[in-house]
Amino acid sequence: MEYCPLVKNILLLDSEGGRIAVKYYSDDWPTNNAKEAFEKSIFTKTHKINARTEAEITMLDSNVVLYKFVQDLHFFVTGGDSENELILSTVLQGFFDAVGILLRGNLNKREALENLDLILLCLDEIIDGGIILETDANVIAGKVASHSVDSAAPLSEQTISQALATAREHFTRSLLSG
Amino acid sequence: MSQYVKKDDDLDEEAEYSPFSGIEKGAVLQEARCFNDAQIDSRRCSQVITKLLYLLNQGETFTKTEATEVFFSVTKLFQAKDPGLRRMTYLIIKELSPSSDEVIIVTSSLMKDMNSKTDVYRANAIRVLCRITDGTLLTQIERYLKQAIVDKNPVVASAALVSGIHLLQTNPEIVKRWSNEVQEAVQSRAALVQFHALALLQQIRQNDRLAVSKLVTSLTKGTVRSPLAQCLLIRYTSQVIRESSMNGQTGDRPFYDYLEGCLRHKSEMVIFEAATAITELSGVTSRELTPAITVLQLFLSSSKPVLRFAAVRTLNKVAMTHPMAVTTCNIDMESLISDQNRSIATLAITTLLKTGNESGVDRLMKQITSFMSDIADEFKIVVVYAIRSLCLKFPLKFRTLMNFLSNILREEGGFEYKKAIVDSIVTIISDIPDAKEAGLLHLCEFIEDCEFTYLSTQILHFLGIEGPKTSDPSKYIRYIYNRVILENATVRASAVSTLAKFGAMVDSLKPRIFVLLRRCLYDNDDEVRDRATLYLNTIGGDGSVVETDKDVKGFLFGPLDLPLANLEASLKNYEPSEEPFDINSVPKEVKAQPFAEKKSAAKKPTGLGAPPVAPTSTADSYEKLLLSIPEFSSFGKLFKSSAPVELTESETEYEVNVVKHIFDQHVVFQYNCTNTIPEQLLEDVTIVVDASEAEEFEEVAPKPLKSLPYGTPGQTFVEFEKPEGVPAVGKFSNVLRFIVKEVDPSTGEAEEDGVEDEYQLEEFEVVAADYMLKVGVSNFRNAWESLGPEFERVDEYGLGPRESLKEAVSAVINLLGMQPCEGTEVVAANSRSHTCLLSGVYIGNVKVAVRLSFGVDSAKEVAMKLAVRSEDAAVSDAIHELVAN
Repeated sequence: MEYCPLVKNILLLDSEGGRIAVKYYSDDWPTNNAKEAFEKSIFTKTHKINARTEAEITMLDSNVVLYKFVQDLHFFVTGGDSENELILSTVLQGFFDAVGILLRGNLNKREALENLDLILLCLDEIIDGGIILETDANVIAGKVASHSVDSAAPLSEQTISQALATAREHFTRSLLSG
Repeated sequence: MSQYVKKDDDLDEEAEYSPFSGIEKGAVLQEARCFNDAQIDSRRCSQVITKLLYLLNQGETFTKTEATEVFFSVTKLFQAKDPGLRRMTYLIIKELSPSSDEVIIVTSSLMKDMNSKTDVYRANAIRVLCRITDGTLLTQIERYLKQAIVDKNPVVASAALVSGIHLLQTNPEIVKRWSNEVQEAVQSRAALVQFHALALLQQIRQNDRLAVSKLVTSLTKGTVRSPLAQCLLIRYTSQVIRESSMNGQTGDRPFYDYLEGCLRHKSEMVIFEAATAITELSGVTSRELTPAITVLQLFLSSSKPVLRFAAVRTLNKVAMTHPMAVTTCNIDMESLISDQNRSIATLAITTLLKTGNESGVDRLMKQITSFMSDIADEFKIVVVYAIRSLCLKFPLKFRTLMNFLSNILREEGGFEYKKAIVDSIVTIISDIPDAKEAGLLHLCEFIEDCEFTYLSTQILHFLGIEGPKTSDPSKYIRYIYNRVILENATVRASAVSTLAKFGAMVDSLKPRIFVLLRRCLYDNDDEVRDRATLYLNTIGGDGSVVETDKDVKGFLFGPLDLPLANLEASLKNYEPSEEPFDINSVPKEVKAQPFAEKKSAAKKPTGLGAPPVAPTSTADSYEKLLLSIPEFSSFGKLFKSSAPVELTESETEYEVNVVKHIFDQHVVFQYNCTNTIPEQLLEDVTIVVDASEAEEFEEVAPKPLKSLPYGTPGQTFVEFEKPEGVPAVGKFSNVLRFIVKEVDPSTGEAEEDGVEDEYQLEEFEVVAADYMLKVGVSNFRNAWESLGPEFERVDEYGLGPRESLKEAVSAVINLLGMQPCEGTEVVAANSRSHTCLLSGVYIGNVKVAVRLSFGVDSAKEVAMKLAVRSEDAAVSDAIHELVAN
């Protein structure tokens, strides 16, 4: 594996360092605690930096971390110490732009959470087990959008009948258990 | 947005709205039951899967039962036709990572999707199946995967290739069978398919140098479509170059033209990869470097931080080996000091520190001073170490640099940062004599207001060593005694020790020190009082405790030439009694890692009854074993036991190795024998030793082994007398002699009559290294200087062509049997010279220190300069003889 460019993780955090969607491909962070600690330290290290026009870069625990922010969304891509920074930068840009396309330019936390399925699929199309699958934002977004249920209908806009059905189900269940 | 406004936002529900607020695992698991509905509601199922994925992503874990339950319901979703739902189904299956017995349930569904007409299904089904599959299933789907690799659709082909890369880790033998298909995919027109195929093909063939070389040759001439594939090819090319230069080829470097050509590629990613590859070529010439440096220099003024960072990081590395080549970038580097990105600025500064010349130091330091105030500690540490190296490079500039260090020492900073500064000052003081007095005063001022106990004690200890040797030792006393008044017990105790050192070393200060020490007798801490009492009674004593002044100094301040771990073990074993603890009973040997032992154990077949009990490698157990044998108990203290020397090949009928035990007047050979033939029982096992080539040795008595059954190792001993304290050497040849009896394997009983037989063993030698104890010293420099040049012997040796410098260094260390100090046994990769420091104790308790300087030329010829210091001229000569032979 040593020759193939590898990505160790991709993170999408909010403006307080909370997780929106994260994906780890390396054993460097075996537990959820380790992952959260990493997210916390990279967030603390970068959140004051203006990474809104150009992607920025830093080192953390002998990893190279690239990041770019927009509104309340913080995008990160981490690679090993000796990884080609510009390859990682292409991955970050691909992720960033693809999310932009999928959210139709409404880049903010709320929109991202409402379309979390798209974001997770997007991550799945960019990297497979650390290996870069695709970096072209249009191709990535195309692959994701082509098989989403209906990209125009986010989770919040359930139809009335569905909402009623859910309510009825909850009601029955509470009756039965009570 | 200010903190205040933010708080308001928190209260505002609209702003904090999340589709997942209030989500609960239990409720979602309940919802997941909708997967089992007869009529699948695709949208609702997708939403539930998203919720499950959200929970997993937030770090929620499912119990085994929960995961299994969800997994089983999810498998029902393959009945739905909705492509979006299918896509989410794939995702959740990957996240749940089902166990192998569960996988079977989805296998057929996934295999159906693998052969579907929908490309997206095919690609994703392959990725999911390969992720969750095991070896047996893989053989079933192998045919489809091979097809998929050459599929017309690039997404499908990439999915199969990337899955192949993952599977190669677990099932290499299967994936290796696909190389024809992969080879075909390398020629694909789709850019990323080529990239993935190239990655897989190289990994399949990574052990076949010729194949990789051929691959590189053909591709560097052909077309490579994507920048990623181009980067990969550059990496392979560097590997081929590295390996071909190892074979000692001379003349033009192959493929350099290709790398240089890549510097003109249209993608920055490729340009950078090629430039880095060139800078990392082993033995790169300045002519080869120039074009790479030029493109990196252009990157330095890019508007993109990532490009600047990448370039400056590479140049920083180049500056370590080829500082001159980087000086052309100095102007660009200087402008980077004010870069918004502090990582870039730090890298720029440290690069400048490496490449700068003596005259530029002052100007550079001015720039750094303003820079230091606004970077984080981690960057400051990097700068501090760079300044230390600069100071060692330009000793004349120590004033400027030392002032800088002392200024930053006074500023705010965390422990690691302060420690880096203190370490640097200490290094500079040790290396530049002129800097000593100023440096010590800086340290004194620092401990006046130092919040770190560790640093205070370190500095006090250092002051105790260096302070008394200065022109006016009295000026440090005030700083040290202030510690006794102001600090915590730990610092007070070390301050007392430091005071005592001044008292012992500087006669004129003695009376005044005693006054101070007496005051410490009323300290409220035990340790502080104990130390003060000890020092007052020894240094100022009437001779009742220790006789001479020299003894006092040796006792109080001499190095403790015992490994602390051994001392600890001995103290734990000591039982309080009338008899006082004897420090001489502590073994001096550094416990070596039982490498040889493990290796030989690993070679033995495993099913051999009881594991070999006899030689546990530590000296302790040898000593116990020998003392338990009456004949040997009178020999006195065991000086050293060697590592086992194999006298047979592994997996022969009888396996024998020997351990050499050295006593003052005797040598005992312990032969560890193993009988590996189940049908035989050996009795009266002895070793017949021919010592005709070991004149100074006289055989006393062999101690035969009564019986050696199959599989259980036994020991037989042979003891020799040798002149007392003399490191006698010689060669011994051995024959194993025994009576062999047939054993009936079914009953395990041996026959009555046996036959006498012999078995020829290999010979071994007792060499001077057997009389050398591995005894480390904590400070080699002190040890070296305390031995003095009186019995120093220096000579140079040619070691001939060696495999590598590293191999040569470790060979000499093994030959001498001494303890490497200060980590000098580690040779940096690609270095052309190396200095190794060794220490040990020779028989007769003679301390030995060795300084080895190695150099290697392009033809791998290794030359070595050996400098030995010891307490005895004969010993110094003996060390040289060891090497000369």
